[in-house]
Amino acid sequence: MSTEMLLLWSDSLAVSVVVWFVLIVTAMYLGRSQAHQLINTTSNAVRTVFKLLARTFSNMASRLSTRNRELILSHGRDAVEKNIEREFHRVNKLVEKDLSGYPAVQRKINDAVEKIEEDYQNSVEAPPLPPAWLDGVESMAKRAQSSDPTVSLILENINQTLTKAQKDTLDEYRKNSQARHEALKNMLPTWRNVSQHLNEIDKNVGGIEAQAKVIDKQMKDYEDIRNGEETAVRKLMSSSITQFFVSGLVLIIAILGGIINFQLIALPMSEMVGGTSYLGPMKMADVAALVIIMVEIAMGLFLMESLRITHLFPVISSMDDGMRRKMLIITLSILTILASVEASLAYMRDLLALDREALTQSLAGAAIIEAEFRWIPSIGQMIIGFILPFTLAFIAIPLESFVHSMRTVVGLIVCQILQSLNFVVRIIGNVIYRTGQVMIRVYDLMLFIPLQIEAQVKGRKKVVKEKKAVKKVEKFPVLKEEKVI
Amino acid sequence: MKKVITLLAAIALLSGCATEQPKNRAVYMLLDTSGTYTQELNKAQKIINYLLATLNSGDSLAVARIDSGSFSEKDIVSKVTFDLRPSVMSEQKRGFKRNIDDFVQGVKSSPYTDISGGVLQATEFLNETQADDKIILIFSDLKEDLIKGHVRNFSIPLVDIQVVALNVTKLRTDNIDPRDYLQRVSKWQERVIKGGGEWSVINDLERLDRVIAG
Repeated sequence: MSTEMLLLWSDSLAVSVVVWFVLIVTAMYLGRSQAHQLINTTSNAVRTVFKLLARTFSNMASRLSTRNRELILSHGRDAVEKNIEREFHRVNKLVEKDLSGYPAVQRKINDAVEKIEEDYQNSVEAPPLPPAWLDGVESMAKRAQSSDPTVSLILENINQTLTKAQKDTLDEYRKNSQARHEALKNMLPTWRNVSQHLNEIDKNVGGIEAQAKVIDKQMKDYEDIRNGEETAVRKLMSSSITQFFVSGLVLIIAILGGIINFQLIALPMSEMVGGTSYLGPMKMADVAALVIIMVEIAMGLFLMESLRITHLFPVISSMDDGMRRKMLIITLSILTILASVEASLAYMRDLLALDREALTQSLAGAAIIEAEFRWIPSIGQMIIGFILPFTLAFIAIPLESFVHSMRTVVGLIVCQILQSLNFVVRIIGNVIYRTGQVMIRVYDLMLFIPLQIEAQVKGRKKVVKEKKAVKKVEKFPVLKEEKVI
Repeated sequence: MKKVITLLAAIALLSGCATEQPKNRAVYMLLDTSGTYTQELNKAQKIINYLLATLNSGDSLAVARIDSGSFSEKDIVSKVTFDLRPSVMSEQKRGFKRNIDDFVQGVKSSPYTDISGGVLQATEFLNETQADDKIILIFSDLKEDLIKGHVRNFSIPLVDIQVVALNVTKLRTDNIDPRDYLQRVSKWQERVIKGGGEWSVINDLERLDRVIAG
């Protein structure tokens, strides 16, 4: 058919091709302006559509980014509020615990200070002075030495009496001094006591001061978050991403724990629900084992919620303390029962495995060997079966972190995708527009022969027109002058 | 929380989708007790033990003897459909093994060999089990020797049944003219295929797992 069409004009291929070429070029030349218009309009329209699309993506990315920012700030605000609340709580406890005894300490210090003052007063009493007439008597005794011996003797006696009196006074003074020193010595433990009390107060006040510094820092962070500062947003975002990966890792570990748990109870479950009944594509025994593990995880979630460690269910968090305690007891009881069931299932699994092993040995014709210390893996399996449900209960903590941080991380990823789409769509729009321009040039390139002819014809016409114009000017010079004016 | 539930459900579904629901199997094994072939029954015992170790709960197994007139329930030595509970299944397997051991110890050789009757009996049993995979194992030299008057030259319906000839021993005459052996095997192959079944021969018993496990 195509050959027939090609040879429509002549049996000679060359002639026919030339005829077709001429016809096509003529048709293209005739429809040139319309074709240009079509290509232009189409490429422009496509570019506009892509531009609109890019703008939409950009707007979406911007909206999402704002929402992410708000979300991050809101989470950060909540977290810092909780931290500040906790710090205040700590300070309150500190004040209650350490400074509640402050009045008693103060009283003790006052008593000690009073006692010290009293002792001090006792210790500072002045020594008794020798009587004032002593100097006169002394000078008389010295003067009378050379005169009457009786007088001398009397004076000597007086002197001796005075010396004795002086000695007695000095002894008394020394005794008193010793007593005062004793009083001062007694002051030492009181001083130490006072010093110890003061140190304690200093330490407590120092602790409060440190807490106050922490609160100050938290308040600063809080203010930054409230003001929506860029550094705060960046810090929260990076913290959120870290949380996402860390909690994801812990969740993977928990899932592995869940798989081990599943392996422990799936086989004995077939003893209860049968080994070949199916629910969809899954074995009924496997479904039952999965359900038990899911229930354990759910109980773990409720337990953590009741303890107010996680906050995934606002209904539980907002319960009054009595109801929460009841819930705590119920979930803990169910979890313990399930753990006991799992421990017994794990033991049953061990028995079944042992039975199967014995059967296989008997079918193989080998003698059945009783393995030594077979009870060790049995006990081990039972312990694992009992512990794993409680371990799975803690999955709630990383799960909460994962869910919270996932919103931020997913938001960031979607935002990046939208921005990339915006970029790609813009590029595609521009490429299509430029392709349209290139197509127009290619179109004209195919018509270079008629276009050249057209250009030459137009050029000749122009020359003729110019010549005519020159002739007219030469014919009517006035007109030329007027024109000049 | 919705996201968590969806995630867990997805994990459960994915893990479920990853494993296909296994098919139920029904195996009917015919033991040739004619002439000197009874000496080969120790091998048959090993095959039965292998089957017992391989088959799972829900699967069926029957062992029947080929004697002078094998189209009879009386020729079934032991049959069982394994219980869904693993502990009960283990007990069934032990009981089955005991039956086979007793049979092999006290077996007497029969003067004639009615393989067709045995296959017909096997077909009935297998169709009743409604298993997904139906297998007949013929532990015989495939040399049929019927009592005069027994009619067996008709097509046996073997649709969706896999027939496997095991341990097809070469007879003394086969060594003189091996075409006898080839003819014997091809005759049975033709008969099985004509009945709508699949045919295969396994003389190396270690390759049995291809049929049973596959």
